[in-house]
Amino acid sequence: MENEKFDLKNEVEILREDCLRPTRTFGRSTQLWVGFLLIIIGWGLYCYIHQLRHGLGVTAMRNYVSWGLYISTFVFFIGISHSGTLVSAILRITKQEWRRPITRSAELLTFVSLCFGGIQPIIDLGRPDRIANLVIFGRLQSPLIWDIISICTYFTGSTVFLFLPMIPDMALCRDRLTVVDTRYKRFKKWLYTFLAIGWKGTKSQWHRLETTMTIMTIIIIPVAVSVHTVVSYIFAMTLRPGWDSTLFGPYFVVGALYSGSACVILGMAAFRKLYHLEKYITPRHFDLIGKVVLALTMVYAYMNLNEYWIPAYKMATAEGHLLSDLFTGSYSKAFWTCQFGTVLLPIVVMAFPKGRKITPLVITCIIIAIGAWVKRYLIVVPTLLHPFMPIQEVPESWSTYFPNYVEFSVTAACLAGIFLIITLFSKLFPMMAVWEVEEGIEIDHDTKVAVELREQRHVEEAKAS
Amino acid sequence: MQSNIEDDPKKNSGRRDFLRFGAIAAGLTIVGGGLQKVFSGEKEPGEKVKLLSPNGKVYEADTSALCEFRPTPVSNAEARKGIEGKKFVMVFDLSKCDGCKKCTEACQTMHYTEPDREWIKVFTMHDAKAEAPYYLPKPCFHCDNPTCTKVCPVNATFKRQDGIVLIDNERCIGCRMCMAACPYSTRFFNWSHPGSAQRAAVGNITYSPEQSVPRRMGTVEKCDFCPDMIRQGKLPACVSGCPMDVIYFGDQNEDAVTNSSGVTVKLSALLEQNAAYRLLEELGTEPRVYYLPPKNRKYPAPEAGAGEDGKPKKHSAMGSMPM
Repeated sequence: MENEKFDLKNEVEILREDCLRPTRTFGRSTQLWVGFLLIIIGWGLYCYIHQLRHGLGVTAMRNYVSWGLYISTFVFFIGISHSGTLVSAILRITKQEWRRPITRSAELLTFVSLCFGGIQPIIDLGRPDRIANLVIFGRLQSPLIWDIISICTYFTGSTVFLFLPMIPDMALCRDRLTVVDTRYKRFKKWLYTFLAIGWKGTKSQWHRLETTMTIMTIIIIPVAVSVHTVVSYIFAMTLRPGWDSTLFGPYFVVGALYSGSACVILGMAAFRKLYHLEKYITPRHFDLIGKVVLALTMVYAYMNLNEYWIPAYKMATAEGHLLSDLFTGSYSKAFWTCQFGTVLLPIVVMAFPKGRKITPLVITCIIIAIGAWVKRYLIVVPTLLHPFMPIQEVPESWSTYFPNYVEFSVTAACLAGIFLIITLFSKLFPMMAVWEVEEGIEIDHDTKVAVELREQRHVEEAKAS
Repeated sequence: MQSNIEDDPKKNSGRRDFLRFGAIAAGLTIVGGGLQKVFSGEKEPGEKVKLLSPNGKVYEADTSALCEFRPTPVSNAEARKGIEGKKFVMVFDLSKCDGCKKCTEACQTMHYTEPDREWIKVFTMHDAKAEAPYYLPKPCFHCDNPTCTKVCPVNATFKRQDGIVLIDNERCIGCRMCMAACPYSTRFFNWSHPGSAQRAAVGNITYSPEQSVPRRMGTVEKCDFCPDMIRQGKLPACVSGCPMDVIYFGDQNEDAVTNSSGVTVKLSALLEQNAAYRLLEELGTEPRVYYLPPKNRKYPAPEAGAGEDGKPKKHSAMGSMPM
């Protein structure tokens, strides 16, 4: 150990610079990346306008499959939004020290995926021009209104949750800005000053921040759980085979945490590499959060067992039609690939320390993310193709469904929107909560000093005796 | 009222218009069928026609001023309330249904519907191998415990005091939650603008939830039990369009239902003597539509396996009831 060389002040200074460095540049590769995203968004927007003008008939949805890729994506994005709550709130409340460098990116992921998850049902709406009716004629009895209420609450809560720990960092940005010359200085100056809301770092300010953070941590967990529970209710409150399940609430919540935490790992790996944060986000962090994902994947596998094995044992008529289609019919390839490839395989990989090394873990998490998306699709679409009444003598396009270019383009634009906001955010604000990591370093240092002192005492005691 | 052009096979739907003057409208109810010739002929300006008013006076009017009579639809508030003191109910006698789909055709004519949209759909059912195949016409069940109206976020679909479930397409936001919730796949979505042929046919009818036209893109529609016809004291289109007397329609409070031949029977006796049942009773939706089992059929049964095209399908073309 190079304890003698450990200089706390210097260490903090290096950290601050490391965190702020990305906000001072907007290199050629970033410009190209943003341009690429803007092209995808532009094309998606064009497709959406096309859809607005000619109706949802330009998508592949028809009368039987009246919900398709948009609603599947809605469930997936809202699921991803559980990442922030998990990493920030749960790890904060359980005082997991290793959470410190990854809270910011997790909270940001929550915020952005809620933005784009929340607009999916609006994209899917037949009459978006009448959206005000939801307020004018809103009925509390409708699961859709529960969704709107809980998603809005969660959005507000997670925005606050993202913003609160940013305040000291904003003050840092504001103060450092005068030191280092940057482009758009006036705009940035204004922005940081505005967002720092007069932060001076006084004792009472710190106290208030910490109290508020504690309250928010406690509030946000039940809100997050409620969000995905009522998202599942838009399905579970119907009588449809495959959706009519009492397990759906917890099933969706666990599925959300499982996919969300996998996406946190992807974010961690990306920022670590791109912004050179190797010193702060270490293989140890990946190992630990890998264990979290492992645990969640196992719970999710258990949920899957209950969701499919119980009805499959009974094979009741209507549900039986659906299940045989999933198990051996037209959806069997996708279904079993999902179950084995994105649930069982990750468990096996992540169970071994070697599997929780950065590269295998990132690959596993990409598989989990894609698998979770496909799984949402497999929850929404096959059920709609297996109604109680048989599908007879209808146009060919009604009895099958695969999203067409309009749906893929609009969805790709939403995904690109998520990447764009994350990119721009990371170019304006530090991607680690600087003060939290600082605190971690201090605590680390204090423990090291304490350990040193204790060892010294032991040595002295040994000498004395 | 016999003057509706719908009754005329030679109708040219492009010329449907409104009758603007109420007095002559009243007269038309008496002059009735005689005027039909005038309506179906070319309207040349200057040609005069004699009209009889309810109080016996004869008027003369220009034929070009004559239009099809459509009573002004009731207000939205009235359409949401429903007809007081009534509980409408429909009964299908499956032993008489030969699957001719005339009910579907009558419904589609009445509601200016595209051919792929069957508000009343005739299924070919075969529940089990040893059981006999049969035809099953299925309208909206206007359930007493409707899953669709429960989930509607804006009260665009609603249950009325007379038992009918309607949709207000001027309020519907097109979320399709009701379509997901309906276990009978009864609802249809207007995925695009109604075609130009349909727009011309519908003309400038004033919209009312009771007649479901003109339809609008991005909203949901379904069988409405023809409340506009009921208000005129007529049977719904599918009932009067059925040549086999399969469908009975009436008021449960009066305990009487009528079929297209005009035979009115006691509802309770009809249901009891024929061991009536409701579809998917176990779902608890309390349908307002009853079925009499296809016993002692008066028609050749559908062939077992008819309609199967050999392609692997999610369902076999012959449906079975998940009972």
